[in-house]
Formats: sequence, C-alpha cells, structure tokens
Amino acid sequence: MSLGLPHTFLGLDWSIFAQPAFDRSGTYFQFLLVGLQWTLIISVLGWAVAFVIGSIAGIMRTLPGRILPSIAAVYVEVFRNVPLLVQLFLWYFVMPELIPGIGMWFKQGLNPLLQQMVAAVLCLGFFTGARVAEQVRSGLGSLPRAQRAAGLALGLNLMQVYLLILLPVAYRIIIPTLTSEFLNIIKNSAVASTIGLVELSRQSQQLGEFTAHWYESFIAVTVLYAAINVAVMLAARYLERAARLPGLVGGHK
Amino acid sequence: MISIQDVSKWYGEFQVLRDCTTRVDKGEVVVVCGPSGSGKSTLIKCVNGLEPFQKGEIRIENVSVGDRRTNLPRLRARVGMVFQHFELFPHLTVMQNLTIAQRRVLKRNVRGATDKGLALLEAVGLKAHAQKYPAQLSGGQQQRVAIARALAMDPIAMLFDEPTSALDPEMIKEVLDVMVRLAQDGMTMMVVTHEMGFARRVAHRVIFMDQGRIVEDRPKDDFFKDPGTERAQQFLSKILAH
Ligand SMILES: Nc1ncnc2c1ncn2[C@@H]1O[C@H](COP(=O)(O)OP(=O)(O)OP(=O)(O)O)[C@@H](O)[C@H]1O
Ligand SMILES: [Mg+2]
Repeated sequence: MSLGLPHTFLGLDWSIFAQPAFDRSGTYFQFLLVGLQWTLIISVLGWAVAFVIGSIAGIMRTLPGRILPSIAAVYVEVFRNVPLLVQLFLWYFVMPELIPGIGMWFKQGLNPLLQQMVAAVLCLGFFTGARVAEQVRSGLGSLPRAQRAAGLALGLNLMQVYLLILLPVAYRIIIPTLTSEFLNIIKNSAVASTIGLVELSRQSQQLGEFTAHWYESFIAVTVLYAAINVAVMLAARYLERAARLPGLVGGHK
Repeated sequence: MISIQDVSKWYGEFQVLRDCTTRVDKGEVVVVCGPSGSGKSTLIKCVNGLEPFQKGEIRIENVSVGDRRTNLPRLRARVGMVFQHFELFPHLTVMQNLTIAQRRVLKRNVRGATDKGLALLEAVGLKAHAQKYPAQLSGGQQQRVAIARALAMDPIAMLFDEPTSALDPEMIKEVLDVMVRLAQDGMTMMVVTHEMGFARRVAHRVIFMDQGRIVEDRPKDDFFKDPGTERAQQFLSKILAH
C-alpha cells in the first residue's frame, strides 16, 4: 500500500492491501472500501427508516387514547426483543414468500445485491426504529406536561403542537442517545454479512480467507470502523452545539 | 361570556369537580381561590377544553365547549391562558413565542404578527428582550411574555392559573401590575390566585372552592367582609396571615 509505510510494520505484511483482490475488482484496499461503502449505505438508509418509523411510533406512544399507543407499544416490544439475526432472516427469506405482490417484485425485479440491501435496510431500520421510538417517547415525556397545554391553549392543533413545539425540543434533548443508536446501527450492519451482503466486516473476513493475512485484515477493518465512529461523534457534537439554546445549560431544562 | 353549568368531572373513581355552576360576564374579573387539590386548575382547564368533563355544560359566548362538534382549536384561540410555570417555548425567541400562533392559527403575515408582538412587548416593558430566548429571562419577565403571548391572539377572555405562585416575591409585583392594568382595561378574566391584594383591587367576584365544589361565589366586598362558610373563613385567615 502506498501510504509511505514500510511493507512490514508491527511485524505484519501490509503490502497485501496493494495486491489485486481475488475477484479481480481491484486491490484489496479497494476491496475493503467497497465494504465500507456498503456499510455506510445500509447504515444511513437504515437510519433514515429508523428515524421516521421510530419518531412516528414514539409520538404515537404519547398520544391520547388507547389504540395508537398500544399499536406502537407492540411494535417496540416485538422489534426490540426478537434477535436481529432472526429479524434479518425474516425480512430476507420469509417476507418475500408471505407478501405475494411485493415478494414477486423483490425476487424478480431486484438483483441479488439489491435484494440483500433492501432486506438489510428494512431490518436495521425497523430494529433500530423500535429503539429510537423509546428515545423519542422519553424525550417527549421529559418535557413539562403543560407545554402541550400551552400550545393547545393558543389554538394550535395537536399536530402543530407536536411539530412546532414538542418535537424540536425533544429531539434536542435526545441527540446524545440518538447518536449512540446511530453508532449501534453501524455496528449492527455487520449482520448483513450473513445474507451475503459485501459490507465491511464480510470483506475483511473474505480478505482474511483468501490471503491468510488475518491480523492485517482485522486491524484494517477495526481502524475503519473506529474512523466512522470518530466521524459520527464529531458530527454529533457539532449538531449538539448548533442546536443548543441560549440560556439553557446542556440545551434543556 | 363564560357560563359554567352543573359541571362535574371524574378522574376514574375520583370526583374532582362537583356540580360547579358560575359565570363570568364580559369585562368581569373573577378570582378563584381555595386549598390545594380543591379543583381550581381543573375547573379553569375545563373552560377552554384542555380537560374533558363528564357532566354539565360550559359555554363561551354561546359556544358549547363540551360539544363534540365544537372546533376546539378555534375556540381556544379566542381564550388566552397563562400558566403557573409560564410555559414559554424554549426553542423560540421571545418574538417567535409571540408570533407563532398568530401566524399558524390566525394566519397573520410576518409583518402584522411582529408589529403586534412588539406593541405588546412594549406594553409589558420587555421590548428590548424580543430577540432573547426564554431561558435568558427572569421568571417575572417570562410570565409577562407569556401574558403578552396570550394577548397577541386578541382574546375575548383570559384565564390565569396561579400566575405568580412560581415567582420570587420581588417579581410577583411586576406580573400583578400587568394583570391589574389588563383588568382596568376591561378584559374579562378568570384568575386562580391566592394574591388577595390583587383580588381586593380589581376582582368583581371571588369564588372559593373546596373538594371540587364551588362553596362561595360572591361579590368581592361581601367575600372579604364575611367569607360565609367556616371553611372559607379559615382559608382566608390562613392566607392573609402571610
Ligand atoms: N390527571 C389527573 N389524574 C388524576 N387525578 C388528578 C389529575 N389531575 C389532578 N388530579 C387530582 O384532582 C384534584 C384537583 O386537582 P387540581 O389541580 O384541579 O387542584 P388545584 O385546586 O388546582 O390545586 P393546587 O392549588 O395544588 O394547584 C387533586 O386532588 C388532584 O390530585
Ligand atoms: Mg392548580
């Protein structure tokens, strides 16, 4: 690898990253980057799904009445407690069989890589969404109850009260816990390797198998995951600072 | 203006309000007092439909609050409410707190809403603070902003739920002064408070509640001369003691 490092460093041979990969797609370094790219894609898309579904479910849990909060509660319990691996197999193998129309599209309209991606994104999204729902609910729950009354008393409807008043504050409060959920989804995205998606952990696994340079492979992949984490944490810190409200230490009361 | 007729409310088995009947006429200031847990807040929240009630009827300018067909947001937009803990929106500046409902509910344009906001901030002596956030203000200032926020909707009546009881003594006066001026300007007001000085100055009637019942409901002078029931006498002497 042309990083100016000696080929042997820490007693390991780093030149393997400059060698062509077994599948002739490029060097092993590029091979790992492909994995990194898929890890980021399914994590970010999964997060988008998780954020939307988690917010809706979290909001539903705080609504008046019985039905909507119960539906959301069932969703949270199911998706939080069934092991992620099982959920992935359900999305990938079982769902296409259960839902004929969409299943057909899934099996015939998508190439294998896209099938893996869709299943992984939905799996990570719904699993993480259940956890996001709990954060959103607790964020909303930590606001003074009279905030909702104050919004309603001004003539805003319930939807406006949530969108304009409660959520902007609740999200600020839960930025730290949402950040750790985002880090979790990156970590959890490795589960997609079990259905063959060529994300980062699977690429490093294959690299090890084909070159027998296990140590180099694992160290490289660890560094890449760590780099993502650092980047996410820096971004989160920036976001937190940008969202901080003047006069409130830590951003909320 | 506001008529409350035989209103009863339960939280499960527990009856919070028992056959409450009273009225607040246009331009009238009615002070509601009573021991903790007697149902004052609940009654006032029923008036603008923030709490549902199971029996009786509340009408505001002949619109029935409890009627399922009533457009509650529209009704609430015409009745201002001020809370014990101000309940300003912490992520909005003072000015945004004053304009958000004007814009979203009354559909006023930015210019109109801002002008209205500035005029009201001036009236409560806080024009210089328009661009600050609530947490940068003292409690008394926040409560004055909250009053201005409610007034920005051009309400036909104002409800207050213990507006000064979360304030340090030195800030109570600045808020009461605003309320007194409002009363003298002829605003229809229903005020839950234990500030008997305020009641003496501007109230027309005083309501005393106990255990969910309206026990006393009479003209201010009568009430202070002779609180009637023993319960009201005890209560009055207790709060006048400090
Ligand atoms: N959401 C609720 N669920 C059950 N009980 C409630 C609820 N809200 C209030 N209560 C009860 O109803 C009674 C009346 O409450 P309310 O807040 O109206 O009293 P209050 O006169 O305003 O008292 P305070 O002076 O302490 O504000 C109290 O006994 C209270 O415990
Ligand atoms: Mg109360």
